[in-house]
Amino acid sequence: MRWGCYLPVMTALLFGAMAAPARAATIQIATTDLVFAPSEVSAKVGDTVEWINKDVFAHTATARNGDFDVMMPPKKTVTSVLKKAGTIEYYCRFHPNMKAVLTIAP
Amino acid sequence: MFIRLSAAIAALSLLGNAALAQGAKPTDPQIAHIAYTAGVIDINAAKQAIAKASNKDVKSFAQDMVRDHEAVNKQALDLVKKLKVTPEDNDTSKTLSKQATEKLAELDKLKGAEYDKAYVANEVAYHKAVNGALETQLIPSASNAELKSLLQTGLKIFQGHQQHAEQVAAKLK
Repeated sequence: MRWGCYLPVMTALLFGAMAAPARAATIQIATTDLVFAPSEVSAKVGDTVEWINKDVFAHTATARNGDFDVMMPPKKTVTSVLKKAGTIEYYCRFHPNMKAVLTIAP
Repeated sequence: MFIRLSAAIAALSLLGNAALAQGAKPTDPQIAHIAYTAGVIDINAAKQAIAKASNKDVKSFAQDMVRDHEAVNKQALDLVKKLKVTPEDNDTSKTLSKQATEKLAELDKLKGAEYDKAYVANEVAYHKAVNGALETQLIPSASNAELKSLLQTGLKIFQGHQQHAEQVAAKLK
């Protein structure tokens, strides 16, 4: 078997990941049929959110406290970086019945 | 105001009456026609608002209406084509269109803040009426699963519009 060939690479990847525990993550939040999913997400300051709009309708991800306001054009993915900590309720300005929560740790 | 607002609701409640009178629920081709017509009516009202409204929030709400209802209606057209269903004109669609034409003429006589308020108030009432019709008549009557699912998405969109219109109306006061 050739698994041996991959072992050094895997070890390097593993140690690489362990050596940088504070590396920012990328989190995906999708809208499908006017629902944000997952509806509750935990993240950290510095993480990137990939907002994936699977609908044919434009949406927004708008923080109630004004921390962010992301335009989500139909059938597109946009990204934003989380800058401030807090438990943020957000909604879609075009369809205020779309609501979700993002908990951002410092 | 009450009489004006109730026009759209009265038209949509005919749905129930018509179905009762015939002793039959609307067919899928009729449902498709009613849903499409309801969308066109809101697009026409929004186009008038884009031209006439003076308030920035009202104008951008109208632009949202054009964009969303055109997107829903495009999906509806794609679906009927796929299902090889020809939307069938019917009394409910005809009454809706007639009432809407009257409403447009009535709104056209208003100006400035008076127009803005009347347009947004009608949007609240109209979406409420359409949502009621979707929930109690159109969705339960639809037999094709894909049509039913599109109507359910439509309901969520229109409920969103209703809330959005209520927020815009509250700000105008």
